[in-house]
Amino acid sequence: MMDYQSLWFFLWAVLWAAYFFLDGFDLGVGILHPFLARNDLEKRLVMNSIGPVWDGNKVWLVTAAGVTFAAFPAAFVVIFSAFYFPLLLILFGLIIRGIALEFRNKSESRAWRRGWDLAFFLGSLTPAFLFGVIFGNLFQGLPLNDQGYQGSAASLCNRYSLMTGLMFVVMLTVHGAHWVAVKTGDDLVGARLGRFAPRAWVLLVVTVALFFVNTAFATSLFANYLDNYVLLVLPAGVMLSLLAMGMEVLKRNYRPAFFASGAAVVLIVLTGFAGLYPLLVPARPDAIHSLTIFNSAASAYTLKILTVVAVVFVPLVAAYQIWVYRIFRGPVTGEDMENKEAY
Amino acid sequence: MDVLALSRIQFAVTAMFHFLFVPLTLGLSILVAYMESRYVATRDGMYLRMTKFWGRLFLINFALGVATGLSLQFQLGMNWGEYSRYVGDIFAVPLAIEALLAFFLEATFIGLWIFGWKRVSPRLHALSIWIVALATNMSALWILLANGWMQHPVGYVLRNNRAELTDFLALITSGYGWLKFFHTILAGYVVAAFFVMAISAWHLLRKNHLPLFKESFRIGATFGLVSALLVVLVGDFHGAEVGKAQPAKLAAMESLWETQRAVPFYLILVPDPQKERNALELLGIPKMVSFLAFKDGNAEVKGLKDFPRDERPPVWATYVGFRLMVGLGGLFILLSALAAFLSWKDLLERYPLFLKVLLLALPLPYLAGELGWIVAEVGRQPWIVYGVLKTSAAASRGVSALQAVVSLAGFMILYGFLGAVNFYLLAKYARKGPEA
Repeated sequence: MMDYQSLWFFLWAVLWAAYFFLDGFDLGVGILHPFLARNDLEKRLVMNSIGPVWDGNKVWLVTAAGVTFAAFPAAFVVIFSAFYFPLLLILFGLIIRGIALEFRNKSESRAWRRGWDLAFFLGSLTPAFLFGVIFGNLFQGLPLNDQGYQGSAASLCNRYSLMTGLMFVVMLTVHGAHWVAVKTGDDLVGARLGRFAPRAWVLLVVTVALFFVNTAFATSLFANYLDNYVLLVLPAGVMLSLLAMGMEVLKRNYRPAFFASGAAVVLIVLTGFAGLYPLLVPARPDAIHSLTIFNSAASAYTLKILTVVAVVFVPLVAAYQIWVYRIFRGPVTGEDMENKEAY
Repeated sequence: MDVLALSRIQFAVTAMFHFLFVPLTLGLSILVAYMESRYVATRDGMYLRMTKFWGRLFLINFALGVATGLSLQFQLGMNWGEYSRYVGDIFAVPLAIEALLAFFLEATFIGLWIFGWKRVSPRLHALSIWIVALATNMSALWILLANGWMQHPVGYVLRNNRAELTDFLALITSGYGWLKFFHTILAGYVVAAFFVMAISAWHLLRKNHLPLFKESFRIGATFGLVSALLVVLVGDFHGAEVGKAQPAKLAAMESLWETQRAVPFYLILVPDPQKERNALELLGIPKMVSFLAFKDGNAEVKGLKDFPRDERPPVWATYVGFRLMVGLGGLFILLSALAAFLSWKDLLERYPLFLKVLLLALPLPYLAGELGWIVAEVGRQPWIVYGVLKTSAAASRGVSALQAVVSLAGFMILYGFLGAVNFYLLAKYARKGPEA
């Protein structure tokens, strides 16, 4: 029988994975936006591809952060104050990108639209990169002692975390490219994606490989894998999904390619989390100050309440979100673009 | 300035900015949903144009409300680490539930509403904005149950060097939290009602789209009158709850220094916190404060001097905030009663001056809402959780003053810019009027 702390570690990991699967392609679309779309109509098309869903996707972040707070308050506090500047920039990025989506079409002025295009791009790139930097630092561990976090903003920028940030950018961009390809069909944007996607796939394979090699040297994540071989399905799954993705991209089957990139995102995130367990924040140099799921968890009573709520509502949320995705399935249509409230 | 002071200013700035958008969302979502339901029921094109006109203003405002909410959640970890560590076991529960029960519904169905005009049936489309309205109001419930717990902690025990939840039912049935909830959403409805009346008045003065704006005005005025009456009524219950749970706040709201029975309400009163008395007390209504707080004109009300100096809230801000809010509440009842009467009798065009007054009154319900929060939060000081944890012990350890200065400056610049853009767009689309 699993203890509540482990159950919530698992749910915590799943929520972050769901966030990166879902909002991941939104962020990727934002990063691609200036490169992929050449005129106003194309820019609108790309933005409208995530129009009906991005807001709902972003709530997975609110929930993942909220669950970090509710299930592991002590870890929430250390993580959020240690990553003060990265989180501040993520916050600013997410704010301006949301506003960019909603406000860009509210004026015909070229300068206005260019400004919001830039905000959409930067507001997508910044969170994608900095989430990678944050998780890279968590995987390595933070300088903690009994007084809390002892590092600085500069010490968060180390080779491993920057590499992880880069991998997040590439991974989410590829994921976003597949989404746009599904949503735009065979027009000009689609043709450009046909040339971009195979090259992006190669870049992704290289960065993921580098990430795994670096992880072996810079972190202790793989110790869990040596203790429990079953976990190896996760990195094996990463490789399989990358392989499947490559084959589908070459065949220009973007729907399966999208699910393959989504699977890769989820499995990479879970590979990291499975390596952390049962730690939430490993401490360096003295592991005794590590935050574990046991010393930073909420009380058993609170975890029980949260479990009941999650068991009832997470499936319900997933069900109505899937239902809305189905309503908007298929490429963005001309009729969608004529809607005055569209982006 | 130290990290604590900077973090307090930052939270005040970001929370008050957030609350410029939330109240309108709470009320206007319901009004737009009502308008669209009228369209579905009557198939009268005017209601469709009305829905789209107000819906667009709703969405501009909604974008800012959603975008600025996340800042508050992040700050709890970034700046208020000791607070979150100490009470996270309780306080974070309603926040997590808010995300799962309300934010998902709100964000998913707003997407369906914006983009689904041609994709779903009119009935389902109208239903989706009703779901948004319900979800928005539900999110207010959970966040106010959380805030209600800070005001009046229940269902917990101090254990393991923190506060731990022991009774979830007590948390979610807290009378204090529910009264705060009703008081806040009703204040939001008043904001939305005056928003609709003011913009309709602007168009009525110019004779634009007369039937559409007369009907909008009538909807706004009716909703406004009901909400203004109820917000004052609930506010009265809430005041009584404050008197029981936070006597120091009540004393500051009334600027009452000495504990006494049958406390009168002075229409003119000037506090003098330095000398622990009031410099001026004129035109007293006998027994009024005792009666309002305890429903008994002879009840004893505790004065500020009964509390140690370091456990008294700042008197000026609490007192002025409360007085102004109450005065404005009365004004809203008068204005909306008159507005409802004139619009139901179809006499609005005969009183252009009244329409101008309503246009000018637009900022007042916003002001009243912000004042209400000042009373609630400043009046709770020096406590962050009343009687459990002081604000001075709540800030994060390991965050430097430099970090706090940079983030505060960043928020002010970004929010200043966003506020200006939002105001510009609302004015632009409000003036433009409905599509033909």
